[in-house]
Amino acid sequence: MSKKFHVSTTVNGDPVEFLCDSRETVLDVLRDRLSLTGAKEGCGTGDCGACSITVDDRLVCACLMLGAEAEGKSIETVEGIAAGEDLHPLQKRFIEYAALQCGICTPGILVAAKNLLEKHPDPTEEQVRYWLAGNLCRCTGYDKIIRAVMDTAAEMREAS
Amino acid sequence: MARDEFEAERTTYNFVGTRPDRPDGIDKVTGRARFGADMTAPGMLHAVILRSPHAHAKIVKIDTSKAEAAPGVKAIVTRADFADGLDGENWNILENVMAGDTALYDGHAVCALAATSMLEARDAAKLVEIEYERIPHVTDVDKAMAPGAPVIREGADDGSVPAGMHPNVVRYHESGHGDVEAGFAKADLVLEETFKTEATHQGYIEPHACLGHMGTDGKGELWCCTQGHWNVQKVCAALLGTETSALRVTASEIGGGFGGKTAVFIEPVALALSRKANRPVKLVMPRADVFRATGPTSPASMDIKIGMTKDGTITAAKGVFRLSGGAFPEAPMEFSAMCAFACYDLENVLQMGYDVMSNRPKQAAYRAPGAPMAAFAVESVLDEMCNQLGLDPLEVRLKNAAKTGSKASYGPRFDQIGLVETLEAAINHPHYKAPLAEGQGRGVACGFWFNHGGETSVSLMLSEDGTAQIAVGTPDIGGSRASMALMAAEVLGIPYENIRCVIADTSSLGYNEISHGSRVTYASGLATIKAAKDAVNRMCQRAAAKWGIDPDAVYWEDGYAKPSGPNAGEFDPMHITEITANMGATGGPINGHFEATPEGAGVSFGTHIVDAEVDPETGHTKILRYTVVQDAGKAVHPTYVEGQYQGGAVQGIGWALNEEYIYGEDGSLQNALFLDYRVPVASDLPMIDTVIVEVPNPGHPFGVRGVGETGIVPPLAAIANAVSNAAGVRMRQLPASPPRILAALKDRDAG
Repeated sequence: MSKKFHVSTTVNGDPVEFLCDSRETVLDVLRDRLSLTGAKEGCGTGDCGACSITVDDRLVCACLMLGAEAEGKSIETVEGIAAGEDLHPLQKRFIEYAALQCGICTPGILVAAKNLLEKHPDPTEEQVRYWLAGNLCRCTGYDKIIRAVMDTAAEMREAS
Repeated sequence: MARDEFEAERTTYNFVGTRPDRPDGIDKVTGRARFGADMTAPGMLHAVILRSPHAHAKIVKIDTSKAEAAPGVKAIVTRADFADGLDGENWNILENVMAGDTALYDGHAVCALAATSMLEARDAAKLVEIEYERIPHVTDVDKAMAPGAPVIREGADDGSVPAGMHPNVVRYHESGHGDVEAGFAKADLVLEETFKTEATHQGYIEPHACLGHMGTDGKGELWCCTQGHWNVQKVCAALLGTETSALRVTASEIGGGFGGKTAVFIEPVALALSRKANRPVKLVMPRADVFRATGPTSPASMDIKIGMTKDGTITAAKGVFRLSGGAFPEAPMEFSAMCAFACYDLENVLQMGYDVMSNRPKQAAYRAPGAPMAAFAVESVLDEMCNQLGLDPLEVRLKNAAKTGSKASYGPRFDQIGLVETLEAAINHPHYKAPLAEGQGRGVACGFWFNHGGETSVSLMLSEDGTAQIAVGTPDIGGSRASMALMAAEVLGIPYENIRCVIADTSSLGYNEISHGSRVTYASGLATIKAAKDAVNRMCQRAAAKWGIDPDAVYWEDGYAKPSGPNAGEFDPMHITEITANMGATGGPINGHFEATPEGAGVSFGTHIVDAEVDPETGHTKILRYTVVQDAGKAVHPTYVEGQYQGGAVQGIGWALNEEYIYGEDGSLQNALFLDYRVPVASDLPMIDTVIVEVPNPGHPFGVRGVGETGIVPPLAAIANAVSNAAGVRMRQLPASPPRILAALKDRDAG
């Protein structure tokens, strides 16, 4: 039995504590210890982006970061995107545009897209495509995803 | 369904054809939706499967004693823990789920264990000692049928194989009509070429996952991501030697399937471990296992010969299709053969297929299985012939196109079909007229898929407040819950939002075939419409009883029972809410039900146009513009139809340009992760334009045709044609990856 780490961190604004093995990833901890199953494990090697989260506003693959490294950080997951009953504009557009089919990549893509719009509120199509190049979607061919992100960006710029 | 039930006169709909939000939308954008790996159970164990590192090896010894003694380990299973005496496909599935005395491919399951945590399970797995004796292997389809190739399994042929062929050839198909030799003799140009495509994976982002519990009494519960939970129920019961009804299977949300989740891989293993440990067992496949051990497509090797007159009329066509479905007899070579020339109205056509075993994983369906590679080969030859004869490739396809009443290349006569309409829409599309720059090429191709009906049950339950629930048995892989609700709303005349459609578990509804064959919107849709009509009839009976008139004198319109005319009597229309509010006192609950095996699926055709640019320095292909034109019969939710077209096209782009199984000399898979098995990413692609053609299918009340699969049939061909026209060299092997394109350019320059 290897050593367990006691970690204190913040997830979606809430303080949380957990014990984890040195080999457990943040994704393992979120899913198995904190019951936050929104982030998905599609590959475990950082290639698919289905487990995208932000750590101190930086977009990362939760499968590539150890649970022990979460100490003192601020983590945001798909579960934290909506404000209570109010969906984020991206979430509304994704439903309206059918920017999801099966929905397994959707949590990661929403986290990544939200992070993009926070950093670049007026992205070009090419910027959106490259920003999301680390998030695989096998259902949609990305067309409706790109349109949803572009139009949400425009809507959010108008609203601000 | 009888053709006379087709509401042919119907042209307007209140709900069908609109684009409401999907019922699972909020769950899926908030992280709430529960997929295969998202379920837990009290006392749950975690399982891992140990897999062969060898392509072909005798399993000499499995020593589990050290693993059994490891902390937290509760159960270990090998082949001995599954049913004996199976035959046919059940035996094949068991042989794939857990190897017998021989590991048949790199990644073949050999042993599994369950422990109290994932880490303990992984640690214990390292303590299992498996002794292998390697034996010669073969992974290439042509080499596997050549003299001297290692035999995968003696005596596996089904009796259809011509004498003298290698024992790895296990099934043979032949179909067609006319006299191809006479047809070739009439041609001005005869072209014969050979093509190859590599195996690809469906590439769903969600790995296979399940949570199973089975007691020693054989009764169990299973949660899994699958395209067909009744099939999982049937197969698991057989492999575990229990009764089918003893096992209740619930389908989770499914994170992509595309055919790959029609098969059973891990569920029986979780149940066997659970039975042994008497605790729930969760089993989630690592991505590398998904690539190594779940359904890739079949690699294909194909010979195509076509004869054409100077005006573009095809005089004869012949194709030979050799596919390998891995170490099991099931490559969809007959689908390749039957789809190859189905777009064309031919006097003389002959197609043959060979199913070849090799040391690869058991193939699984992938969107129109067998058809994309056949279309690549056939449409490439047509493109080359059009180039040589100076003819417009879409006009030539239009000239030869199959029409309503044409005798299909695979036998039957086509009912009402829409290939001509897709071709005309493509010819008139601005894309086809747009100019190309230097170094760019345009490719076009047509594609065909049968579509399927299949065994289907649907129940519709009315609530006292006049809302409805629909229980369907076909897992929702493309937004079908929305489509079902739209079709039911159309019949019931109540708002879409007042109808909730759920995927029932195997204990709550009659048998439903897998969500495959583009059958869901067609077959479950048809059954939903009929279940809703059944409920409407019952409501009309209640109104008739209340009014004291004959039920035949009552009809249903926009949510109301109404007397059918002055002779029926003067009564105010009775709204659904009035009927359902009183249903307990007027005869009891009102439900509708329908079950059948509908057979009017209605075949589907598409035409794709693609522009590409090839970088001669790197061999990289950029897709510049892409247009999908496809017949949907009637688009129930047009946005989701577009999504199917776009998704199919992009999967085709991946297959055409990058995706392939790469086997090493030792027969092991070299690229079992998404970094090396490169599916298209957002930055690889342009927007995908879509045109929905609607030529109604007389086999469905609203004219629906399945749309899920046809979209992947033309892209391989269309892209190969675009690349060939851009680079000036014919690509006869896919994927047309940068190294292959560079090699082709080098060969061309070398003369």
